Amino acid sequence: MSLDINLKKGLKIPLKGKAEKKLVHAKSSDSYALCPSDFHTHVPKLLCKEGEKVKQGQPIFYAKAAPEIQFVAPVSGTLTQIVRGAKRRILSIVFQADGKDQCVKHKLPELSSLSADDVKAHLLSSGCWPFIKKRPYDVIADPAQTPKGIFISGFSTAPLAAELPFVLEGQEADFQHGIDVLAKLAPKVHLSVAAHDDSFLSSVTAAEIHRVKGIHPAGNVGVQIHHIDPISAGEVAWTLGAEDVAIIGRFFSTGIFDPTRTVAVVGPVVSNPSYVKTRIGAALAPLVSAVGLEGDGQIRIINGDVLSGRAAHADGAVGFYSNTVSVLAEGNRYRMFGWLPFVGPNIFSMSRTSLSWLLPKKNYSLDTNMNGEERALVVTGEMERVIPMDILPMQLIKECMAENIEKMEALGIYEVAPEDFALVDYASTSKLEAQSIIREALDLMIKEVG
Amino acid sequence: MNLRRRIDAIKKPFAKGEKWERFAPAVNAFDTFLFVPNHTTHKGAHIRDGVDLKRTMVTVIIALLPAFIYGVYNTGYQYFVQSGLAFTFWDALLHGALKIMPMVAVSYGVGLAIEFAFAVYRGHEVNEGYLVTGLLVPMIMPVDIPLWMVGLSVAFAVLIAKEAFGGTGMNILNPALTARAFAFFAYPTYMSGNKVWVSEASNVDGISGETILGSLAAGNEVSYSMFDMFMGAIPGSIAETSTLWVLAGAAILIFTGVGSWRIMVGGVLGAAATAILFNLWGANALMSFSWLNHLVVGGFAFGVVFMATDPVSAAQTTKGKWVYGLLVGVFCILIRVFNPAYPEGVMLAILLMNVFAPTIDHYVVEGNIKRRKKRLNATLTPAT
Repeated sequence: MSLDINLKKGLKIPLKGKAEKKLVHAKSSDSYALCPSDFHTHVPKLLCKEGEKVKQGQPIFYAKAAPEIQFVAPVSGTLTQIVRGAKRRILSIVFQADGKDQCVKHKLPELSSLSADDVKAHLLSSGCWPFIKKRPYDVIADPAQTPKGIFISGFSTAPLAAELPFVLEGQEADFQHGIDVLAKLAPKVHLSVAAHDDSFLSSVTAAEIHRVKGIHPAGNVGVQIHHIDPISAGEVAWTLGAEDVAIIGRFFSTGIFDPTRTVAVVGPVVSNPSYVKTRIGAALAPLVSAVGLEGDGQIRIINGDVLSGRAAHADGAVGFYSNTVSVLAEGNRYRMFGWLPFVGPNIFSMSRTSLSWLLPKKNYSLDTNMNGEERALVVTGEMERVIPMDILPMQLIKECMAENIEKMEALGIYEVAPEDFALVDYASTSKLEAQSIIREALDLMIKEVG
Repeated sequence: MNLRRRIDAIKKPFAKGEKWERFAPAVNAFDTFLFVPNHTTHKGAHIRDGVDLKRTMVTVIIALLPAFIYGVYNTGYQYFVQSGLAFTFWDALLHGALKIMPMVAVSYGVGLAIEFAFAVYRGHEVNEGYLVTGLLVPMIMPVDIPLWMVGLSVAFAVLIAKEAFGGTGMNILNPALTARAFAFFAYPTYMSGNKVWVSEASNVDGISGETILGSLAAGNEVSYSMFDMFMGAIPGSIAETSTLWVLAGAAILIFTGVGSWRIMVGGVLGAAATAILFNLWGANALMSFSWLNHLVVGGFAFGVVFMATDPVSAAQTTKGKWVYGLLVGVFCILIRVFNPAYPEGVMLAILLMNVFAPTIDHYVVEGNIKRRKKRLNATLTPAT
C-alpha cells in the first residue's frame, strides 16, 4: 500500500438514479456499431466493405496517421452499413451479428517470454491498443513512445458512474493479467483505489497502489497523475480504463479480443437503474429498455457520465470507452422567475443561493436545462473550488481562449484533460464551456507542439 | 403557459433573420427576467448548476437591502433629529424614500439605457451586473446631490469605466465607485464638507451635517458613541453608516458564497493592524482615534463588504484575494490618517487596489508557473 492522497476540493452532485448493484438481463442485440468519433483526432481508413462478413476481432479500419493502430469488429457477423456525414466523414460502421461468435484467434507465447515491443505488437494487431490513451492530450497513445508510467483509476467519482469493483466482478484474474501485461510497457504501473476500497483491487500486484480520498473529480485519472507524478513538458503518461485492463488481460490469456463489458445504465428518468452485461458497440436501445424509463418526455441518452459523456442518438451504440450509459430528461422548458434565489428546494446549486443546502440527503432529478444564459466571466473562485490540482483554472482557460501556447504550457495544459474541467462546465455561473475550450486548446497543442 | 405563448408572439419579429433581429438582446433581457429560458446543453457537461448571473446578482441585491432600507430610514432620522421636529418611524422612512427613490430611478434609468444600447450595438445579451451597480450608486452618494449629477456620474462610470474596457467582466475599476469618484472630483462642494451629509443641511441653517471623520480631520471632538457608529444613526453617505446592517449583508454574501470572505477578512485585518499601529503612535486626532472605531465609522465596512468584493475589479486568484483585501484595509486607514482633504479613505483605497489587482494576480500566477518550471528542471537534471 502506498501513499494516501487526500483531496478536499470538488463537488458531489446528488443526482437521482444511481445503479443498484445487480445485473439485469438485456435482450441481446443484433445490431452493433463502431463510431470513429470515439477516437479523437484519428481519421479512419477502412479495411472492409459494406456487405462483407467479419469475424469478431477482425480489423475494420486503421488510423490514417498511424496505420499500425487497428480497430477491430466487436462481434462476428456482417458489416451492413457505413454511415457517412458531411464531406463523406464516417460517422459509424454498423454490423449485424450472426450469433456464430466466430473470432480471430491470436497465438500468444507465455507473457514472461515477451519483450515490450512484442507486447505492443500484439496489442496493436489485436485491436486492444486504442484502449491505451496518453497524457498530455488525452488521445490514443503513440506506440513509438515509452511512457514514464501507466495510470489506472480503480474508482469513479462522477455522478452515477459505474462502480468499478462491481463492474469487474468475475474478471479479477483478467484484470491482474492485464496489469502484468502493462507492467512490461512502462517502468511503473499506478493503480488508484478509493480510500475505503476493500475489493480485489487493493491487493493487485505488479502495480503501485494509491489510496485516494475525495469527491469528484478525485476519481479522474488526470487528477491522480497530478498528485502521484505530474506530467511536465516533454513527458508522457498512459492511461486506461479499469475494465479495459481486464479486456487486455483476457486477450493475453485467451488470444481473443473479447469486448464484453458490464455497463451501468443510470439516470433520474430510469425506473430501475442497474448494471447490464453487454459489449462495446452494442445498440443502446435494448439496454435502456431493459432498465425501463419513467414518464414519456423527451430524453437524452449519454454514452458516459452526465458530466463528460457524449450525447448519443436513439440508435446509438455503447461507446468504445464508456462503462456508463446515462439517461436524462431534456430540459427544454421555461421556468417562470426561475432565477429567484432562496426559492424552492428543487434546484441544486453549489452556491447556497438555493435552499438545497438544507437537504443534504436529497437526490435531484436534474435535466439538461442550462439554468440560465451564457454571460461574461464575472464570478471568480468557483472554478478553483472544483479543481483539486495546483492549476489556476481561470487563468489557464483564458490563455487557452487566447491561444497563447507559451502561457498555456506554463500554466499546465499538459496536466489536464477535458474531463478534469467537467465540473467547471457544471459550476460556471457564466455557463462557460470549459471542456470544449480545453479540448480545442489540446488540439492546438497537438498541431503546434506535437 | 398562456403568458409564455404571448411572449413568444411578441418576440417573433426579433427572431433570427427577421426585421428587428438587432434589437433582440433588449427584448431578451425582459423575457429572461420573467422566464429562465428553455436552452439546453449542447456541448460539455449535460447538467448545469442552478446558479446563473441573474441569481448571483439578485443575491447581492438582497444582501444590499438591509443597509439600503436602514439608509432610507437614517436619512429621515438625521433630518428630523437635527431639525428638532417630532417624528415617527414611518415619517423618517417616507422622508428618506422621497429623497432616495428618485436617485435610484435615475441611476437605473441612465445606466440600463446605456447597457441596453451597448448590448444591441455589440450583439450580446444584456449582462445583469448593472442591477447591482445601479443600486450601489445612490447608496454611496450624499443625500442632497442633485439628480442630474447622479445621472452624469452613472453615465461616466458605465461609459468610461466599463464599456470602454469591453463591458461587463472587463472593467478595471469598480463602476459604482468610479461614479462616486467622478462626482467627488467634479463637484467637490456637493460631495464633501459639512453641509451635504444630512438631508436639507444646505437649506436649513440649524442642521449641521458633518461626518465623524470630517470633524476629526478638522480637529473637532466627536459627539457620537461607538454604539451609534455601529448602529448607524450618524450622518454619512446614504447607506454606509450602519455597520450592523452591512454585516447582515456580509453574512448573506459569505454564506451563499457569492462574496469573497477572504477579501472581507483581509480588509478588516489590514485596517485593524494599521489602525492599531497608528493608535500606538498617536500623533493626531485621527491617529489616536480607536482602531475599533475606525472599523465601524464611515464607509469602511460598506466598502470592504460590497465594493472591494466586486469579483471583476478585485484580485481573481485565491491568494491574490488575501493580499488585495489586506491592502485595501491598509490604504484605507493610511488615506484617512495622512490626508485631511480626503477624510474618507475607503473609496480611494479600493479604486487604487482595483488598479493593482492585476499586478497582484500576476505575481500569484508567476508563482504557479515557477513551481511548474522548477519541477520540469528537476526532471531534466537527473538526481546524483
